Amino acid sequence: MRAIGLILAGGNSIGLKDLVKKRAGAAMPIGGTCRAIDFGLSNMSNSGIRTVAVLTQYNTRSLNEHLNSAKWWNFGRKHGGLYTFTPTLTRDNNWWFRGTADAIYQNMLFLRRRTEPYVVIYHGDCICKIDLNKMLEYHEEKGADITIAVKHLDSENELKRFGVVETDENNRVIEFSEKPMKAKTDTASMGIYIINRTLLMQLVEDANQRERYDLVKDIFIPYKDVKNIYAYEFDGYWRNINTVESYYDTNMDFLRRDVRRLFTAEPTIKTKIEDLPSAKFNEGSDVKNSLIGSGCIVNGEVSDSVVFKEVFIGKGAVIKNSIILNGTYIDEGAYIENCIVESRERVAKNEEFIGKEGEPMVVSGLRGRLE
Amino acid sequence: MKKEVIAMLLAGGQGSRLGVLTQDMAKPAVPYGGKYRIIDFPLSNCVNSGIDTVGVLTQYQPLELNSHIGIGVPWDLDSNDGGVAVLPPYEKSGDAAWYSGTANAIYQNLSYMESYHPEYVLILSGDHVYKMDYARMLDSHKKRNADITIAAMPVPIEEASRFGICVANEQDRITDFEEKPEKPHSNLASMGIYIFNWDVLKSSLIKKKDQKNCDFGKHIIPYCFENGLDMFVYKFEDYWKDVGTLSSYWEANMELIDIVPEFNIYDSSWKTYTKTSGFEPVFYCKESKVETCIVGEGSEICGEIKNSVLGTNVIIEKGAVVEDSIIMSNTVVGGNTKIHKAIIAENCVVGSNCNIGVGEEAESKLNPNIYNSGLTTMGQGSVIPDGVTIGKNTAILGKTTIQDYIKKELPSGGFIVKAGGHK
Repeated sequence: MRAIGLILAGGNSIGLKDLVKKRAGAAMPIGGTCRAIDFGLSNMSNSGIRTVAVLTQYNTRSLNEHLNSAKWWNFGRKHGGLYTFTPTLTRDNNWWFRGTADAIYQNMLFLRRRTEPYVVIYHGDCICKIDLNKMLEYHEEKGADITIAVKHLDSENELKRFGVVETDENNRVIEFSEKPMKAKTDTASMGIYIINRTLLMQLVEDANQRERYDLVKDIFIPYKDVKNIYAYEFDGYWRNINTVESYYDTNMDFLRRDVRRLFTAEPTIKTKIEDLPSAKFNEGSDVKNSLIGSGCIVNGEVSDSVVFKEVFIGKGAVIKNSIILNGTYIDEGAYIENCIVESRERVAKNEEFIGKEGEPMVVSGLRGRLE
Repeated sequence: MKKEVIAMLLAGGQGSRLGVLTQDMAKPAVPYGGKYRIIDFPLSNCVNSGIDTVGVLTQYQPLELNSHIGIGVPWDLDSNDGGVAVLPPYEKSGDAAWYSGTANAIYQNLSYMESYHPEYVLILSGDHVYKMDYARMLDSHKKRNADITIAAMPVPIEEASRFGICVANEQDRITDFEEKPEKPHSNLASMGIYIFNWDVLKSSLIKKKDQKNCDFGKHIIPYCFENGLDMFVYKFEDYWKDVGTLSSYWEANMELIDIVPEFNIYDSSWKTYTKTSGFEPVFYCKESKVETCIVGEGSEICGEIKNSVLGTNVIIEKGAVVEDSIIMSNTVVGGNTKIHKAIIAENCVVGSNCNIGVGEEAESKLNPNIYNSGLTTMGQGSVIPDGVTIGKNTAILGKTTIQDYIKKELPSGGFIVKAGGHK
């Protein structure tokens, strides 16, 4: 592969509200077993990219723990590797990453020292399975300076969350607006870009001179008429988890066989394997249309829900239409409906949490309270 | 390279009493508890005890073991400094010999052990399910200045004649050693786990090198004892299971689904590591029913399962009912099939509308010493056509078709074993 990878995992994902108190958006658990960043890492690894840097600064503990070894994604051989870059103090710089472009600027040496002609930039919270080789072929075929992966969306409401592009008949981007109030087209930028490495270095350098720090707002949009920016249409499954609702919906998508099969088919999405024992179901358990992760012990009822690893569900407890993150203890007789229960929480005996349909309630901060 | 202690894990045995389950894999490779294989327990014990150099001796049907162990990644034994080495028998100039006994196998690998200049060698067997901190055993070995320490556990005295028995004094010093005695003088059974001082191991193996079928229990231990070496027992009173027969194998699996199993694999302080083929969560359909089960990662359950242990990536189709059974990884059970008290190995395909494990028990026509506990046993890669009925004490191996059954039935005690049944 003639590209290196950059995964942008630094944002604070305010749309995820309380869920990002504990972790960055890219570290959000997905589908009962993975984390969001596994999709970017696996897509790169599966496409033959050997060298990947993760740029991160917001609440990085959880993400760093996840990235404790590169081997899960087949990185970290003699050739290439997986790097995590966080802001550091240097003689010339004492800033945090002021934006996506600044994050790249501050790690310019990484780009300069490579020899691969291209860089794939991937937002850490985008959930899909994409063959980046095909996108790169397209990039070369078009003679593009920058290629942006795009997806047609049906919902106007959805479009407000993304960059929206307009293209000419050759798929060249002629209009690009970031999170518009009213979208002109139905074409959303997926947050995956390919750009020529030396050009990226120039553009980022130049943005820094202008004291501009955002990759999309300060580079792609202003350069759209000067550089050849092409849209690469992707028609597979794609979700971005930048709001509580989209996070909830994305996890619920994994109750669909086609979605699960997509990600478990070769080449698979890889994640850190923790060698937990298999899930155990005791007397009184009743599970319907749900996913149950490794190391769970189930004594109660679960329906239409996604339960992550090492969750304990007590006798008589009922869980409906909910997402239960890892390590949570749900005591006997508790009732949980339309909720996202944070990781390592403790729901007390007979306690009830009921969220609204389509507006899941985030349950957190229970541990450590007086019982 | 210098290592204070290295482990030698004997994994070459067939485990013939497991019938078709060990047709094409050695007993240590047999799956256990859903996602594990038996050898995962001693291997995990090694790494959890801080032993990072393990030689695994293979002989019988090693393919499954080789691909399971690989370079040792799941146990962090893929190390530049020690790690795991698979040690099959090999040809020497002017000589080629299979491993003819446990001690003979170790003898043939003296040079492997020598290369680590160990002070102590831990001898293990890959046949048992247990959790043990070998570091404690080593501590006790050092504290007593022992030449040999034998791990032993108390067994009911009436069963003692099945084991090598250690008679020990109050200081745990071995005062007598009896191999499968008729009238045992103690109930301390040797677990086949030994720590030897390296020089003692080396010299006694060389001394006994011409012994036919040289075995630790039968030859080396008695030889060392007769020569007055300092030998001690290390008492172990926790869970330890030799899952050597179909019924003990089945029972040991079923024990895991107790509310708090005696052998607790959910204890995070002593993890069992394995090569995982599935890590995705288990999926349950709208129509599924599940009670008292362990279900491996990546499985999809659309039928009813009860009192069963399922491996990874198992598919139970709609309307199927599985009870009191062990279904190993990657096996598919077709719609509306009923399975009662069966052991179904990996990569099997059971058709739909079958009825398995029914009728009165009858003596096995294949081998009544193996198939005698009412179980239906299917070997790796077996295929069962749609709509057949299969009785108890039966054994199936291979891709069977409807022509293999008489009136769509295999009555109790029957068997179908086809050549090339595997894969």
